[in-house]
Amino acid sequence: MTRTNQWLTWPIVLAAALLSAQVLAAPVQSWTTPQGTRVYFIETHALPIVDVQISFLAGAAFDPPALTGVASMTASLLDQGAGERNEKEVAETLADIGAQMSSGAGMDSASVSLRTLSDPERRATAVALMVDALTRPHFDGAVFKRDQARSVAGLKEALTKPQVLSQRAYMAAIYPDHPYGRLTTPESLAQMNRSDVERFWRQHYSAARASVALVGDLTRAEAEALAIRLTEALPADQADVPRTLPKPAPTVAKTVRVDHPASQAHLLVGMPSVARDDAEQIALQVGNYTLGGGGFVSLLTKSVREDRGYAYSVYSYFDPKLVEGPFTIGLETKRSQADDALKVVNTVLGDFLQRGPTAAQLKAAQDNIAGGFALRIDSNSKLAANLGVMAFYGLPTDWLEKYPERVRALTPEAIREAFQKHVKPEQLVTVRTAAD
Amino acid sequence: MRLRIALGLLSLLSLLLTPPLAVAAPVMDNTFETTLANGMRVVVREDHRAPTAVQMVWYRVGSIDEHDGVTGVAHVTEHMMFKGTPRVGPGEFNRRVASVGGRDNAFTSTDYTAYFQQVPASQLKAVMVLEADRMRHLTLEPIGYSKEIQVIMEERRMRTDDQSSARVHEAMNAVAWQAHPYRRPVIGWMSDLEQMTVADVRDWYRRWYVPNNATLVVVGDVNHQQVFGWAKQTYGAIPARALPARKQYEEPVQTGQRQLEVKAPADLPLLVMGWKAPRLNDPRKDMDPYALEMLAQILDGHDAARLPTALVREQQVAVSIDTSYDSTNRGPSMFMVQASPRPGHTVEQLEQSIRGALAEVANKGVTDQELARARSQLRASEVYKKDSVMGQAMEIGMLETLGYGWQSSPLMLEKLNQVTAADVQRVAQSYFKDDQLTIARLVPQPLDAAALAARAKRAEAIQAGGRH
Repeated sequence: MTRTNQWLTWPIVLAAALLSAQVLAAPVQSWTTPQGTRVYFIETHALPIVDVQISFLAGAAFDPPALTGVASMTASLLDQGAGERNEKEVAETLADIGAQMSSGAGMDSASVSLRTLSDPERRATAVALMVDALTRPHFDGAVFKRDQARSVAGLKEALTKPQVLSQRAYMAAIYPDHPYGRLTTPESLAQMNRSDVERFWRQHYSAARASVALVGDLTRAEAEALAIRLTEALPADQADVPRTLPKPAPTVAKTVRVDHPASQAHLLVGMPSVARDDAEQIALQVGNYTLGGGGFVSLLTKSVREDRGYAYSVYSYFDPKLVEGPFTIGLETKRSQADDALKVVNTVLGDFLQRGPTAAQLKAAQDNIAGGFALRIDSNSKLAANLGVMAFYGLPTDWLEKYPERVRALTPEAIREAFQKHVKPEQLVTVRTAAD
Repeated sequence: MRLRIALGLLSLLSLLLTPPLAVAAPVMDNTFETTLANGMRVVVREDHRAPTAVQMVWYRVGSIDEHDGVTGVAHVTEHMMFKGTPRVGPGEFNRRVASVGGRDNAFTSTDYTAYFQQVPASQLKAVMVLEADRMRHLTLEPIGYSKEIQVIMEERRMRTDDQSSARVHEAMNAVAWQAHPYRRPVIGWMSDLEQMTVADVRDWYRRWYVPNNATLVVVGDVNHQQVFGWAKQTYGAIPARALPARKQYEEPVQTGQRQLEVKAPADLPLLVMGWKAPRLNDPRKDMDPYALEMLAQILDGHDAARLPTALVREQQVAVSIDTSYDSTNRGPSMFMVQASPRPGHTVEQLEQSIRGALAEVANKGVTDQELARARSQLRASEVYKKDSVMGQAMEIGMLETLGYGWQSSPLMLEKLNQVTAADVQRVAQSYFKDDQLTIARLVPQPLDAAALAARAKRAEAIQAGGRH
C-alpha cells in the first residue's frame, strides 16, 4: 500500500539520464563488434552476477501497418523453444542453473535480458540459451497458435480496463497516421500467421539493428567474446527494412471522450514533444521535476493532491523516443470532479509555461537530481537498465559522468525556453475516460 | 518469457542470506544489531558497493490491529505522517529528503507500517533526525486531514473499486476469514473512510507510534557504530510507553467449502481458490510451512513448472495461472491458486484441472529433480537479491517486525533445503481439503451493459438525492 506510485514513472523516464562520475564504480567501456553491434560494458566484480541485455530496432513502431502486435509476439516467442530445446526444456534449463531470462517489445526497441550467476559453467549454459533464443528460435506452429489465442484473450480483457482504454485513445489521438499511434487489436492479432512472426524476426533481429549492454563479473576479454557470441549468428541485415521512423505531425488541441462505468475518471493531457537526440532533453527533464515529475514535491502534486485532495496520483513526464515521444500529464479523480481537476492542471501548466521554474525551484531540482545521482546506479540491475538505454540510443559513453554537471549548468531561462518550444497549449490533446 | 517472482518465504529469504556460492564476504558478518534503552531495535548492515544508504523504520502495527468502524486507520495514519510536526511543516519532510538527493515513501500492510528514505550515505543522519521527529511530534492538523482523507478515497477507487481482480480478493478475504482481522481490507471500507476523523488517527498514533514498537533498519555505505550513535541521539531520546494489549484472534476451524461471486467489468472470468494454511510459527521446529513453500515453487516457480505446463500448455484450459503462499505473517495464511480460463473453457473445467494437478502431487508425489530445481532457483535468487540495498533492508525489517528475527534467515534457508519429496507429498495430502477451501469467481460484466447499468444507477441516485 505504497503512498504514491509516482516514483515508478520517474526512474523509467530518466532511465537513460542518470549517472555520476564520482559514484560510477568503473568507467563505461564501449566498442563495436565485428558484426557491427554497439556494446556498452561496466566491469564490476562485487557480486558473482552477470547481466546481459540486447536490444534491436524491432519495437512496435516497426510493426507492418496491417500486422500490429507482431513485434510483441515475436519477442515473447523467442524462448518458447530454440536450438535443441523445446519450450519446456528451455524453461527447465534456466531454472536448473538459476538464471532469469525475459524479453519484450516497447515502442522503439525489442529486448532480451539475461541475469545469471557468473561461474563459468552456469554462465556458459545461460549464454547458450540466450544465443539460441536470438538466433535459432523455433516459432513452433502449435506454440504460436496457443500464445496467439492467449494474447487475444489478454487484450480483450485489457480492453475492459479504463486505464488501458484511456492510454490507447491518447496515443491514437496524439499520433494519428504515425506508427506510435497504431494500436494492436484482437483482430490484428487473430489474423497473424506464424510466418509473419518468423519474417519479422529475420528482418529485424540483425546485428546491425542491435545494441548490447553488459554489466557485472566479467573481464573485458570475456565481455568481448560474449558480445561476439550474441551477435555472430543473427539473421543477416536487410538493407531495405526501415531503421528510422517518420516525424510525427503536429497535433491540434482537442478533447477525446471515452465512456466507461468506472468510479474514477482517467485524464490524460499531452502531445508529441521530444526526441531522444534533442539537445534540450535534459532541460525538459529537469524542468519536469518541478512541474510533475518530482513526486511529492512537484507543482502538480501540490495543487491537485495536497491542496485540494483531488487525486492520489498526478504526474507529468517526457518520454523521449527515436522521434518525438510524448509529453504527458495524467491523473485519476472521481468522475464528477474531472472538470475541476482539469482546470487546476491547465492553470498549473499554463503558469509554468509562462514563467518557467523559479531560481529556488530549479535549485531544488538540481539538488535532487544531481545530488542524488548515486541512487540511480547503486546496483548492477540499475546500471544495466541505464546502459541498455544508452547503448540502444547511441548516447555518448560519458553521458553518465557528465549528467550531473549538465544538470547543474541549467538556468531557469533555458528551461522556460525549452518548455515553450516543446509543450504548446494549442497542440495539447485531452483524453477524458469515465468522466461525467 | 515470464519471470516469476518467487513467492512468500522464498522471496523473503532470497533477499539476503549467507551464500553457499562464492561471494566476497558473508553477509551476516556485516550485520550488527543493538537495542536502545527505550526498547527500539536497531539493525545495521554495511554494504559498501555504492555511496548510498536506506533508512527504514518499521512499526509493528497494521490493519490486523484495527477494529470495525475504523478500518483503514493504519494506512490513513501513514499518509498523515507526511503532514508535519511543529519543527517540520506540512510537506516539508518530502522537500527536505528531496533536497539532499533522496527519495522517500511508506507502505502499510496487514501486519506492519513502514517508512523509508533512500539517500546518499552522507545524508543518513539528516533523515534519521527527520524520522525520529515524526515518531513523537506529529501535528495531525484537521484541515490537512480533510484533504488527505479525500486523497485516500481516491486511492481506494483506483486500487480497489475500479480493479475487478482487487474486488474479488477483497470479497474473498471477507468470506474466508470470519473472526480474524484479515477479513478487513488494509485500505479500509469506503464508509469507514468517510466517517473517520482526525481524532481516530490521533488515537492510533498515540497508541502505536512508540520506540518500543519500532525497528530501525539501515543498509548501505555506513559505519554501524556511527549509526548506533546517531540512533541513540535521535530515537533514543524518545521515551518508551506501554503498548496496548494485543488481542490474539483465533480463526475458528472452517468446516465447509465457501463460495462467492463478484460481478464487475471484465471480459475473462477469474477463479481464485484458497485453502487455509499454517503460518510459520517456530522457524526451528516447524516443517509444514517450508514444505508448502517448496510445493508452491514446484507448482508455479518457472515457466515449465507443473501448473503452467499442465493448464496453460498441455490442457490449454487457462490463459494464465498464479500460485501464492506466504508463510511469514503475524496471522494465519492461505495457499492460493488463481487462474483465468481460456475462452471456450469454463471456470468449472479450470477448477477441475487445478484440483487434478494438486491431487497428482498428493497421490504420486514430486520428483527429486523438481526439488533440486527449486533449490537451485532459491540459491541463485539469494545471490541476486544482494544486488539491492532496499531489498536487503526490506527483508531485515520484515523478519524483525513479524517476530522471527533477522538472524533466522539462514535457518529458514537451511530448512527449505531440507524439505524432502515425502514432505511435499504429505502437505499436499493434508491441506487441500474442501472443508478448508474458499472459492471466489469473477463474473465478467460486458462493458456496454456495465456502462448502462452504472449510468442508470447514477441517474437514480441523483433523483433520490443520494450522496454519490
